[in-house]
Amino acid sequence: MTTTTTKSAYLAGLRDGAPFILVAGPFAVLFGVLATEAGLNLFEVMTFSLVVIAGAAQFTALQLMQDNAPTVIVLVSALAVNLRVAMYSAALTPYLGAAPLWQRVFVAYLLVDQSYALSHARFEAVPEMSIPQRVAYYFGACTLVMIFWFGCSYAGAALGTALPAELPLDFARPIAFLSMVAPMLRTLPHLAAAATAIVLSLLAVEVPHSLGLLIGGFGGMVAGAQTELWLARRRA
Amino acid sequence: MIDNGTLWVVIIGLGVGSFLLRFAFLGFVGDRPLPEWMLRHLRYTAVAVLPALCAPLVVYSGEGGETEPSRLAAAVVTLVAGALTRNVFVAIGAGAGTLQDAEYLLG
Repeated sequence: MTTTTTKSAYLAGLRDGAPFILVAGPFAVLFGVLATEAGLNLFEVMTFSLVVIAGAAQFTALQLMQDNAPTVIVLVSALAVNLRVAMYSAALTPYLGAAPLWQRVFVAYLLVDQSYALSHARFEAVPEMSIPQRVAYYFGACTLVMIFWFGCSYAGAALGTALPAELPLDFARPIAFLSMVAPMLRTLPHLAAAATAIVLSLLAVEVPHSLGLLIGGFGGMVAGAQTELWLARRRA
Repeated sequence: MIDNGTLWVVIIGLGVGSFLLRFAFLGFVGDRPLPEWMLRHLRYTAVAVLPALCAPLVVYSGEGGETEPSRLAAAVVTLVAGALTRNVFVAIGAGAGTLQDAEYLLG
C-alpha cells in the first residue's frame, strides 16, 4: 500500500459518508432537544452522545428513565436495542480483523448503522482493498457523520425547547435507514431476508424490551442464509 | 425528573456495554477465520436488522400506534426509489418529499 491509495480510500469514504449527515444531524438535534426537555444539562447531553454514540439506544434509555424504570431494565433494554452492533462487529471482522488492535478499538468505538452499512457494502464490492485502505475508507465514512452527530447534539441541547414540535424529525431515521437498505436488495436471498425481518418485527412488536427487533433481525438472517443454500442446491 | 445518580450509571453503563458489543468480534476474534455458516448469516445482517428496526416505526407510526398513511407512503417510496436508482440521496429526497406532500394532501 502507498500513502496515495490510503488517502484516496479515506476520501472515497468521506464522499460516501457525506449524505448521512442528513441522517445523523436531525437525529442528534432531536436527541439534544428531548434530553434537555427531560432535564439533562448541556454537559450531560454531550457526555451521553460522546460515550454511547447510539441514537436508538439513547432514545430508549431516555424514555425509560423518564418512566422511572429500574436502572437494570434501562440498561438491558437500551443494550438490547444496540445488540445489532455486535452483529455488525462480526460482519466486519473478516475485513478488518487483521488491522492493528488500536485501530480496531477506534473502529469499534465508531461502529454505528451508517459506518457499518457503507463500509460493509464497499468491502464486499471491492474485495482487492488492502487492510489499511479499508481502515482509511471506514474512518473516512465516519468523519462527517461523527462531526455532525456531536455538533447537532450540542445544537439540539442548546436549542432546547425552541424547536417547533410538529417537525417530523423522528421520521428522519426510518427514511434514512430504508434509503441505505434499498440499494442492497440486489439478490433473492437479500430480498427474502428483508421481507422476513419486516414480517417478524411487525408480528413481534408487542414483545417486551425491544426483543422484537432481535427476533426480526435473526429471523431475516436465517431466511437469507437458507435462501442462499436453496439457490445453490438448485444450481448444483 | 431523572435522578442524577441513575443518569450517570446509565450513561457509563451504556457506554461500556455498547463498546463491548462493538468490540466483541473485531477485538476478540481478530483475523481468525470465521466458519462458513456464520459468514453466510452475516451477509444478511444489514438487510435484516435495519428493516426490522424500521418496520414498526413505519407501520405503527401514528397516534396510539395506528398506521399513518403519509409515513407508510414515504417509506415505500424511499425503498422503491433506492432499489431502482441505487442512490441514497435520491432515495432520501424522494422519501422526504413524499412525506411532505402526503402530509399536506392527507392533512
